[in-house]
Amino acid sequence: MKKKIVFHLLTTLVFCLLVTLAKAQTVDDAVMMDKKQWCNGLTYMHSSWREYWEGTTKRENKNLGTVTTQSLMLMSNYGISDKVNVLVTVPYVWTNASAGTLHGMKGFQDIELDVKYEFYKTKIGKGKLSLIAVGGFSTPLTDYENDFLPMSIGLGSTNLSGRLTADFQHGIFFTTLSSSFVWKSDVTIDRTSYYTDHIIYSNKVDMPNQLYSNLLIGIRKSNLTVQGVIMNMYTFGGSDIRKNDMPFAANQMNMTTLGAHVKYFLPFVPNLEVIGGADFVVDIPQLNIAGRNVGQSTTYTAGLYYVLSLNKK
Amino acid sequence: MKNIFLSLSGLVCLMLIASGCQKDVSNRTANLPALNASNPDLNAGNWKTILLSRPDSFAVAAPVATTSPLYIADLFEIKALQKSLTGDQANTIKYWAAGGVLRWNEILRGLVAKYNLPAVQNPDGSYPIPNANNPLAYPLFPFTNPPYAARAYGYIAAAQYDALVACWFYKTKYNRAAPYIVDSSVAAKFINRTNLPSYPSEAAVLAGVTAEMMKLLFPGEIGNIQNRAVEAEQASLMSGAATRADITAGEALGRQVAELFIARARGDNAGKAVGTPTDWTNFVTVTSGQGLTPWNSLETPQRPPMLPLFYKVKPFLFDSATVVSLRPGPPPAVGSDQMNKDLAEVKKYIDNPTRQNIHIVEYWADGVGTYTPPGHWNAIAAEDFAKQNYSEVRWARNMALLDMTMMDAAIVCWDVKYHYFNPRPTQLDASIKTLTGIPNFPAYISGHSTFSGAAASILGYLLPDNAAKYSAMAQEAGLSRLVGGIHFRTDCEVGLTVGNNVGNHAILRAQNDGAN
Repeated sequence: MKKKIVFHLLTTLVFCLLVTLAKAQTVDDAVMMDKKQWCNGLTYMHSSWREYWEGTTKRENKNLGTVTTQSLMLMSNYGISDKVNVLVTVPYVWTNASAGTLHGMKGFQDIELDVKYEFYKTKIGKGKLSLIAVGGFSTPLTDYENDFLPMSIGLGSTNLSGRLTADFQHGIFFTTLSSSFVWKSDVTIDRTSYYTDHIIYSNKVDMPNQLYSNLLIGIRKSNLTVQGVIMNMYTFGGSDIRKNDMPFAANQMNMTTLGAHVKYFLPFVPNLEVIGGADFVVDIPQLNIAGRNVGQSTTYTAGLYYVLSLNKK
Repeated sequence: MKNIFLSLSGLVCLMLIASGCQKDVSNRTANLPALNASNPDLNAGNWKTILLSRPDSFAVAAPVATTSPLYIADLFEIKALQKSLTGDQANTIKYWAAGGVLRWNEILRGLVAKYNLPAVQNPDGSYPIPNANNPLAYPLFPFTNPPYAARAYGYIAAAQYDALVACWFYKTKYNRAAPYIVDSSVAAKFINRTNLPSYPSEAAVLAGVTAEMMKLLFPGEIGNIQNRAVEAEQASLMSGAATRADITAGEALGRQVAELFIARARGDNAGKAVGTPTDWTNFVTVTSGQGLTPWNSLETPQRPPMLPLFYKVKPFLFDSATVVSLRPGPPPAVGSDQMNKDLAEVKKYIDNPTRQNIHIVEYWADGVGTYTPPGHWNAIAAEDFAKQNYSEVRWARNMALLDMTMMDAAIVCWDVKYHYFNPRPTQLDASIKTLTGIPNFPAYISGHSTFSGAAASILGYLLPDNAAKYSAMAQEAGLSRLVGGIHFRTDCEVGLTVGNNVGNHAILRAQNDGAN
């Protein structure tokens, strides 16, 4: 479960981080590359948790200690036109637990391909509004073990996603609202039966679909973006981890994260951008904001991106 | 630009299609055909019973004549049900028609998986122990760990077998034909017609005996179990296989047979298998006293060893002296060349596990939240038995042979584990991480290997065409514990041999129980 969480943090938060790129972009931001601009980058992510939610009950587990997921992600992003961009990401992921005996896992996780289309742009007063649609596809690059949570590097499903983003910028200030529905394929596990809230005699697992929603607020200049991020992940159905049971790929994994991201073009090296960010899973029982079947992770990200222009000047 | 727009719309369409797809995972056995016994085993009333001293130890009154008003009223009940059969009722009939022993075994495996969760520690670091007299309080009773589960499978299968032998005895004694034979206006709905007499109903015998046994073993599930028993009987009634009187007589017989097994279970020492803190320390003292390295729990906080006195449980296939005689010699001593070699081998496997090795580890893991290794072998057996066109009573006989073997294998294995109290690889080298949860009991001999050796030998006898397959599966199950970092090679190899030896006792019984 924690691994799942971490996994989702990887895909989601790393994308958030990518969004912070001024020229480089992510699926959930409103940044578009110009035609024939090509951005490539590498992002490192470190995400760890000690406490997690077993269903809705928060606990620690002395036989796991702190579970850490790290990844290196290659991202490539190309402007087919000013309004249509494609993005490809490939993460390599590795996990470990600080206590207990469970073996860490490592490997290439899921390749993701997204097509981002800015279909509407207008001026409202002194501000600019843009609307963007993103279609995404992701699938495992390798046959990694998806039934050894929280150590697995991913859940193993092939996903299709559809995202809508609205962005409003006024001067250097901007805000972005974005929401993505992710349809997940069934997955196959190595076992021939499993228990959710009843026993199922099959190695096929129904994966619940998910909704990701983000709100970004910050400043955006040509060489610098600083933003706060609220992200919510909601899973439509799925089971809860039972008391002292192992997590499972088809658990209902929900969480809300808060974070801050920065991206900055280095003044002394043209077209080279650094990004950095920190996000954590929030737990505010008074507001009924808590995780479910996920680790309360803290995630740090750092990356370097280089933008090439293939335009003839 | 236009192209991009087209491909985007294409993607949206794809997603719409995808979201319309039914994500509908179904059980492999959901659509098995109705039981179609190639041989109704009409002589099964003479098969050798397990606890019943005679097949007619419990009297079943003679049925009324098929011409009597009572019988005719019973037929009207079936006809009325069949006239207004709903889709759900039809599905219930089809589900149970695949075989009562099969379906109850699947239900049992579900219960084992549900209850197979170790307790969370108390704030002071001690562990609460499930209480049979307060099953709904945390930790729920029972904790269906592998030995508990092996015993539950064993008792239920053995009781079902004795109950069906008695059932067959009365079926042939009274020889009352099925309702659809007596009255041609009663249909055989979703079942195959058979010349097997219907009094007493085998479905009801199974419902009665199984429900009663399950109430003992899963006291927190009485309501659910009772519902399934009623459902199984109603399915038989609606199908035209049995009248109300067939069912009433069958259920009573089943419950009476269960009482025999329940009395045995109450006195078989399983209730004391948890042991006491004195017992737990004693294993350490005795082992250290011999100059050997005692096992210790690798959990934090350390958990008392799992059911350390389970070796005292009374076996089905042999006596307690035989348990000791099946005990192998000691494992290589910690620090010996052989042990160092064994340890290095585990380390080598675990340092860079291959995907194939991870696959077999997870395939055979059968750990927390699963139906355990005995449940896995029940699943393997049930799916193969389903292809054999067995009668219910032969289904019960073969499952009983398998499950008594694995229960006795658990007893023998636990005897060895607690006799030698030997550490696991990770205890000797903490850098050995495991590819599945590490069980909380001593290493030598491997439980997976013992269960698998026992199961493969009796199943290989019952289905000789599959013997090589079962043997290979048992080998792989053992290997999975080595490459998963859970066991030394010696644990697995000796475990398989000991399991085979237990299995031989079951084969001996099978050769002489009158069913061949």
